[in-house]
Amino acid sequence: MRFVDEFRNQAIARDVAAEIEHLVEPGRQYRFMEVCGGHTHTIYKHGVEDYLPPAITLVHGPGCPVCVIPMGRIDDAIHIARQPGVLLATFGDMLRVPGGHGSFLDANALGADVRMVYSPMDALRLAKRNPDRRVVFMAIGFETTAPSTALTLLQAEREAVDNFAVFCNHVTIVPAIKAILDSPDLRLDGFLGPGHVSTAIGCRPYEFIANNYRRPVVVAGFEPLDILQSIHMLLRQLAEGRCEVENQYKRVVGREGNRNSLDAIRTTMELRPYFEWRGLGFISHSALKLRDAYARFDAERIFEIPGVRVADPKACQCGEVLKGVLKPWQCKVFGTACTPETPIGTCMVSSEGACAAYYNFGRFTRIHTQEAVR
Amino acid sequence: MCLAIPAQIVRLLPESDLATADVSGVQRTVNVALLSDHNLAVGDWVLIHVGFAISKVDEVEARTSLEFLESMGQAYRDEIDALMQSEAEEGSG
Repeated sequence: MRFVDEFRNQAIARDVAAEIEHLVEPGRQYRFMEVCGGHTHTIYKHGVEDYLPPAITLVHGPGCPVCVIPMGRIDDAIHIARQPGVLLATFGDMLRVPGGHGSFLDANALGADVRMVYSPMDALRLAKRNPDRRVVFMAIGFETTAPSTALTLLQAEREAVDNFAVFCNHVTIVPAIKAILDSPDLRLDGFLGPGHVSTAIGCRPYEFIANNYRRPVVVAGFEPLDILQSIHMLLRQLAEGRCEVENQYKRVVGREGNRNSLDAIRTTMELRPYFEWRGLGFISHSALKLRDAYARFDAERIFEIPGVRVADPKACQCGEVLKGVLKPWQCKVFGTACTPETPIGTCMVSSEGACAAYYNFGRFTRIHTQEAVR
Repeated sequence: MCLAIPAQIVRLLPESDLATADVSGVQRTVNVALLSDHNLAVGDWVLIHVGFAISKVDEVEARTSLEFLESMGQAYRDEIDALMQSEAEEGSG
């Protein structure tokens, strides 16, 4: 077992690891999915799996907002960026994501103007400073990020910044979890619920997982000890025959979520009938678009969007990785043709992507662990 | 990009949804509209995500989570770099 120096409280971490060992029923295998890419990052960075008995497998879920955007949407965004007078702004993680015909950086080399912003507010500011340009913010992210886009839209409306627009790619986490639960290729015993998404939506939206699918859920924080404690809570539920939604991250997440966040989303956005997710395919009611009242800010109505579906490159197995069917290192091109420098798939681009996290940290841990076991 | 960074409120900007916050020793303007019913005051700690405060936390949580983020290395440095490139804004813009 590795030393627990980086844990907030080393003594507690050792105790929790011992209790986890104790709760595992002999002969039983457990598969828990961590939904959020932030959790995946912590698990690999800090070698959390080294503290777990071999009977427990952590399966990485679809909660990496960059990873789940299909290639066709990147092409659509690049199409918008190429229109005369357009300045496209998006988060830094998006810039290197390959579309069917290259990334945003490649588009810039061909004369487009795509810029990195930290916040949607920065994109709005670009619009105010460049009144002769049409500034389009490519919005991505789950319910953690959607309220920020919503509040920025409300501000654009208030201040009549008519050259500002949003290309909305916000997705919602619950339908993706449901799609995974309905998928025949995967058996899971419980979920680590996303921490920061839950600051917005609270814990109630996960209750169907416990009630209808009889799987325990624990909303988890992002530190290694949070993950260990959450796994312990899942095991205890299973040992006691309970299936509930519990909250390990109470110091940040409230059970009811944030009303202002939900109100801002509801005012400006509504659910799409369906949306394509990379790897998971089309999922009903799983993404947001702007409401009719905000049509004049909606890039999908201002511009003609090609909307062409682009199949992932044959070699790329991001889909299987996002569903948790494959571990990153089981992908055919992992670490050879696909690396963070020259990514083929989205999972290798974002630091929250399972492949990038494993490439940067996990493979060393794994070698280290294997050597220790020998 | 789903990182949330602890920041301490230095000043609440009147007649706006904005506040000046200290993030890792640098003062930035952040939007606090999502926490309008949390009675934010100078000295409070919040978690910042893409320029918006998404949750109020206590000081112990803020400081330990900051230490943890610093231990993350590159992912945290990238986030802070992006935040520092984001321009400070006074008033409603």
